[in-house]
Amino acid sequence: MASPELLTASAAETAALIRDGQVSPSEVLDTWLERIGADDLNGYLWKADRDAAVAGVATETKGPVSGVPVAIKDIFCTAGVPTTAASKILEGYRPPYTATSVTRLADAGMPMLGKTNMDEFAMGSSNENSAYGPVLNPWDRSRVPGGSSGGSAAVVAGGLAPWALGTDTGGSIRQPAALCGIVGLKPTYGSISRYGMIAFASSLDQCGPLTQDVTDAALLLSQLEGRDEMDSTSTGIEGGIKLPTATDLTGKRFGIPTDLIGDGMDPGVKAVFDETVQRIEGLGGTVVEIELPHASHGISAYYVLAPAEASTNLSRYDGVRYGIRESDADLTSMYEVTRGDGFGTEVKRRIMLGTYALSSGYYDAYYGRAQRVRTMIVRDFDAAFSDVDFVITPTAPTVAFGLGEKTVDPLTMYLNDLFTVPMSLAGIPAISIPAGMAEPEGGGSLMPVGFQIAAPAFREQKLLEASLALETAIGFDRSGGRVGS
Amino acid sequence: MSQEMEAVIGLEIHVQLSTETKMFCGCELSFGDEPNIHTCPVCLAHPGSLPVPNRKAIEYALQIAAALECEVAPRSIFHRKNYFYPDSPKAYQISQFDIPIAGAGRLGEVRIHRAHLEEDAAKMIHVGESGRIQGSDSSLVDFNRGGTPLVEIVTEPDLRSGSQVREWGQLLRATIKQLGVSNVNMEEGSLRCDANVSVRPVGSTELGTKTEMKNMNSFRFIERGIEAEITRQKELIAAGGKVVQETLHFDPSTGELHSLRSKEEAHDYRYLPEPDLVAIVPTEQMIADAVASLPELPAARAARYRDELGVHDSAALLLSFETEWADFFEGVISHDSSIEPRAAANWVTGEFAAELRKQDDQTLADSKVTPAALGALVALVGSKRVSHGSAKSVLEVMVAEGADPLAVVEERGLEQISDSGELESIVKVAIENNPKPAEQVRSGNEKAIGALVGAVMKETKGRADGGEVTRLLRQELGL
Repeated sequence: MASPELLTASAAETAALIRDGQVSPSEVLDTWLERIGADDLNGYLWKADRDAAVAGVATETKGPVSGVPVAIKDIFCTAGVPTTAASKILEGYRPPYTATSVTRLADAGMPMLGKTNMDEFAMGSSNENSAYGPVLNPWDRSRVPGGSSGGSAAVVAGGLAPWALGTDTGGSIRQPAALCGIVGLKPTYGSISRYGMIAFASSLDQCGPLTQDVTDAALLLSQLEGRDEMDSTSTGIEGGIKLPTATDLTGKRFGIPTDLIGDGMDPGVKAVFDETVQRIEGLGGTVVEIELPHASHGISAYYVLAPAEASTNLSRYDGVRYGIRESDADLTSMYEVTRGDGFGTEVKRRIMLGTYALSSGYYDAYYGRAQRVRTMIVRDFDAAFSDVDFVITPTAPTVAFGLGEKTVDPLTMYLNDLFTVPMSLAGIPAISIPAGMAEPEGGGSLMPVGFQIAAPAFREQKLLEASLALETAIGFDRSGGRVGS
Repeated sequence: MSQEMEAVIGLEIHVQLSTETKMFCGCELSFGDEPNIHTCPVCLAHPGSLPVPNRKAIEYALQIAAALECEVAPRSIFHRKNYFYPDSPKAYQISQFDIPIAGAGRLGEVRIHRAHLEEDAAKMIHVGESGRIQGSDSSLVDFNRGGTPLVEIVTEPDLRSGSQVREWGQLLRATIKQLGVSNVNMEEGSLRCDANVSVRPVGSTELGTKTEMKNMNSFRFIERGIEAEITRQKELIAAGGKVVQETLHFDPSTGELHSLRSKEEAHDYRYLPEPDLVAIVPTEQMIADAVASLPELPAARAARYRDELGVHDSAALLLSFETEWADFFEGVISHDSSIEPRAAANWVTGEFAAELRKQDDQTLADSKVTPAALGALVALVGSKRVSHGSAKSVLEVMVAEGADPLAVVEERGLEQISDSGELESIVKVAIENNPKPAEQVRSGNEKAIGALVGAVMKETKGRADGGEVTRLLRQELGL
């Protein structure tokens, strides 16, 4: 088995080669460890050597994913391995423990290639909020990869990892997957343990796979899902996840929330979306217009709820126990200087937003009201799913935008999450699959466009089946993202 | 005209639960161990760690709720109470806010407002002369205590004086101790009491401005602190001043009150429903189990001793508040059905307790005296085989050597003189030998009879029944 073929094989294909004895796990690992040296996207914050990659990894070779290495978003704690959440405040931090999801992958025999770059504490949609520099989009290095799992998306799209782990709070898996032309799945809230996953907004944060294709997403999810006694909000997915096999969409109903998607997207994105809708119909599916009357308020509610939770989740970075400590003068200056220097602008902005929203006298007007909007969005989806099997939207209103293009105005940046946030608020599973290419507004080379499909809670299997059938029909060519090709 | 004022006091009591592990992680509970050895990513608030509630702590909270006759919430939730301080590694305490596990209840004459579950803070040690964070050279944190399960009990403002607070506080402590869910040791901090104190004109139903007294480590100090604060508030108002809402510290060594912080400096805790935890939804079975697990509680025990056994009020309270003493007492009276409980209670809480103190301050657990042996002694007194005076000498030997009372009585010839002829002749001799007091008694000074009783007792070496001696003396003296 020659290395170039390994580097273009999907994770599932590589796993099959290992199981069949056509290639050894150590050949696979060596190939990939050499390959990550080619990362010129700033996708990795830390790269493993051989010893670190296999530390704690089960050596059994007959499992469904044995021997296939994985890139891990730097938001997951990894014992003894630098874990920063791309923040200066955690510079030099090496956790004393490993996140449950990472442990599950190690137990399944998957070596760790490295820790991927991201927006600081997962706050951002462009990966420009990393304290360690932006990640470049492998399709066009003048453009962003999306965020916050920008590093994970870029290394998979760039052929620098077979697959990667990410997290999604308001779109942080799906949006970068869309902008990089790969598959990103945010499973149902609670289906995968959050233990060891650095918290941004605990009621929304969800771990999930970023992969080359739908089959890989199913395979990785099957390893990750499950109840964990260390996370009392975790449930797992009843019945587990099997590899999808569907080839058509006969009898399946898809709903387009026209009031949500409106006209707020680039013409190129709309064209790909419309084309994909026709493919669904071509596969035997039915597409109807539906209403999600409150979904357009999702962004407003999200940018109250997520910062509110973040403001308390990030209070622990105080310079007392780990990470940096910038001043010893007295208690107040230790807090102020450490946090002032340690956090980046966007993180500070959200901490202040959230602190304000939770303040005595404002709680009900902001947090309370946002919670009520969230409840209404949940009901909107419940109502929609009584009529349709899936809700479909473009994943993001635009293709990958230019570096620095949206950093001036945070509100414009926040709007990039318009279509992904409602599913996060409702806690339901949603996937982004690459659906085609479009020219960016203002010109430039063609960039990938993502198509989002959402399903009722814990219906990941149905979601993956439909996604596979559609993916096959689309036949997206992902080779244009490969680094060094 | 000065109006008569009354004090209004409500309490907030923190009870550390004696579970094996912490509230939200698997670390062992400890006291006095080497610092920071009982810690883990959860109780050190490492990034990504999550709390998981301790089932035993929830069961203990339900037992406390049952003992305090509280309504149990069908669904209660945790909140984050946010504040920055090194003793709070997450910079928030996980506590219950608007929906506590236990609602309205009652213990004795005091209504319970609520009781809720939360986690304890870590322990701070400030290095330097002041012992406080201001002016210290540096501060150290011991996270062993951080995350210990706490139940906070909040009363209605039903208390009216420092002494009432002390007595009720002792009842609460005894009740929780009886449940076996906490060590309730105030010096070690496993029971901590804050008091909210205000005054108002007698007859008023409105509450005056309150001050809060923090963390006093004995009910005696609490009593004194509250009395001092009531006096201060009354004097302030009488002089035309106004009480300012503030937190106070009472220094028992000087009897002075110091202000810790005023209302303006009060925290905004930015309460947030804890997204990392699901609601506590106790099953019917859990609530029924908590009620079924209740032992006889001190208040009920005291009432039973008083009403059914005729035990004197103060002895009934003394026994009921100390489980091991109550158990000992019940052992004494079960020794022999002839034993009168009231007398037995007096022996246990009186002479026996005093003799233990006298002899090297023994505890009940150290004592060589079994309930059966003390029961035998009380029975000997009851059947008038041994006088009260002789019995005290026997008890002295029993406490010292653990001896059998009957053996001591026989060995030392302490059996009461039951032959009334023998006693009569001793009485006659005593009157003859003491003409002066005898004459005084005859001429109407009955108190002088004491000297004659003393003479008889001396002659009999205390083996005579005091009542019988007096009766014979009065008879002989023609009274």
